[in-house]
Amino acid sequence: MTKVTLTVNGRAVSGDCDDRTLLVHFIREKLGLTGTHVGCDTTQCGACVVHLDGKSVKSCSILAVQAAGSSVTTIEGLAPQGQLHPVQAAFNEHHGLQCGFCTPGMVMTAVDLIGRSGGDLDEDKVRHGLEGNICRCTGYHNIVKAVLSANEQMHGEVRQAAE
Amino acid sequence: MYDTSYHRASSVDEAVNLRSSHDEGRYLSGGMTLIATMKQRLAAPSDLIDLRHIPALKGISVEGRRVRIGAATSHAEVAASSALRAVCPAISDLASMIGDPHVRHMGTIGGSVANDDPAADYPAAVLGLGATVITDRREIAADDFFTGMFETALDEGEMITAIAFDAPDKAGYAKFRNPASRYAITGVFVAKTGSGVRVAVTGAGSNGVFRHAGMEAALSTSWVPESVASVSVDASALMSDLHATAEYRANLVRVMAKRAVASAG
Ligand SMILES: Cc1cc2nc3c(=O)[nH]c(=O)nc-3n(C[C@H](O)[C@H](O)[C@H](O)COP(=O)(O)OP(=O)(O)OC[C@H]3O[C@@H](n4cnc5c(N)ncnc54)[C@H](O)[C@@H]3O)c2cc1C
Repeated sequence: MTKVTLTVNGRAVSGDCDDRTLLVHFIREKLGLTGTHVGCDTTQCGACVVHLDGKSVKSCSILAVQAAGSSVTTIEGLAPQGQLHPVQAAFNEHHGLQCGFCTPGMVMTAVDLIGRSGGDLDEDKVRHGLEGNICRCTGYHNIVKAVLSANEQMHGEVRQAAE
Repeated sequence: MYDTSYHRASSVDEAVNLRSSHDEGRYLSGGMTLIATMKQRLAAPSDLIDLRHIPALKGISVEGRRVRIGAATSHAEVAASSALRAVCPAISDLASMIGDPHVRHMGTIGGSVANDDPAADYPAAVLGLGATVITDRREIAADDFFTGMFETALDEGEMITAIAFDAPDKAGYAKFRNPASRYAITGVFVAKTGSGVRVAVTGAGSNGVFRHAGMEAALSTSWVPESVASVSVDASALMSDLHATAEYRANLVRVMAKRAVASAG
């Protein structure tokens, strides 16, 4: 057993686990944050995407010990005050989900993508950016719409704030 | 996953020492191949030596035309480096085509080159650029480094610390990717340098990445996409699998070489 200490959604947490424990299991089972899902378990589907030190990663393919000392954001960390994050609101508005299983990973990926893009996104870039996330319900169209709409809103707001 | 013990090294020496004191240990870089393989119980290292926190293995330096990429530099960093893009956009473009954003955030050039997957992208760049693979104990020319599928010239416990090369006059990469895994069904890297033209093919060869002498000769005579159209590609040394037959790959080698030259300008 190793004691792993890291920051999750802004809070310092620690827990004992085997060195082989995956980050996603640590998050779900030790911390009880079950918003992060395990879909394929083979590094393909992206349902488990979280941010590790500000970058989107597949938490099913990282050991919890690898993340020790790092800062992790999960889907729960996006809406700490219960007010939906603009990307979550856009998924809601544009019907970017059906069964909802892939949604946490999609939303975390979209937040990363929008953050890195500096606002410069189009349909092609969004589809390329979502290649690591599989959805079996929506056919992606509404997810792409939601991401573009959130991008507009978030970067529009940044522009307004700067003016 | 079988049980394992994790170690976080903070220097190259510490990592090499840890590795040499654990016969069944393995270096862990991005884990995008190794952790996945361990989850399938196809690998069972007793110890993992994490290289991601060793400052000497990180970062990209460009001095004049000389490029050095630390082994633990992620695909995303190679894709986003403006210094690298200014002298060799082909390698940044190649990195931006690997897997998906999450894989690119974790996966590293050192891990990819050490792993030498026959369908991986970086081996084509390293061989095509005539790069040098720098390890904790020596420098290995790309021509001597890749020795077969998942086989390299690395000794037991030897660690890649960096990849270095002189920026070429022109270079381009084109891949026909497997739409599910995004690995190369066939990828071709072309480079034109003061010392000649190099053409490296990944994803197609039944013995891993290889150079194509016929295409190198044709492009040395005339660096235009049409030059490679009539070069013959021997299908007998290529892979056949459910994605593509050897004959189909032979044609893809030509098509990707044409596109690579076109993208190089
Ligand atoms: C969904 C998915 C899609 C992918 N698509 C592509 C693709 O399109 N193209 C492509 O090329 N790759 C692809 N990959 C593989 C990816 O690029 C990996 O990052 C890469 O193959 C391994 O790099 P790593 O840093 O993750 O290495 P690890 O998984 O940590 O290590 C791989 C091997 O190399 C050894 N090793 C690591 N670092 C060193 C070092 N410095 N010196 C010596 N040995 C070392 C390890 O011991 C291990 O044996 C994909 C992977 C996934 C999961």
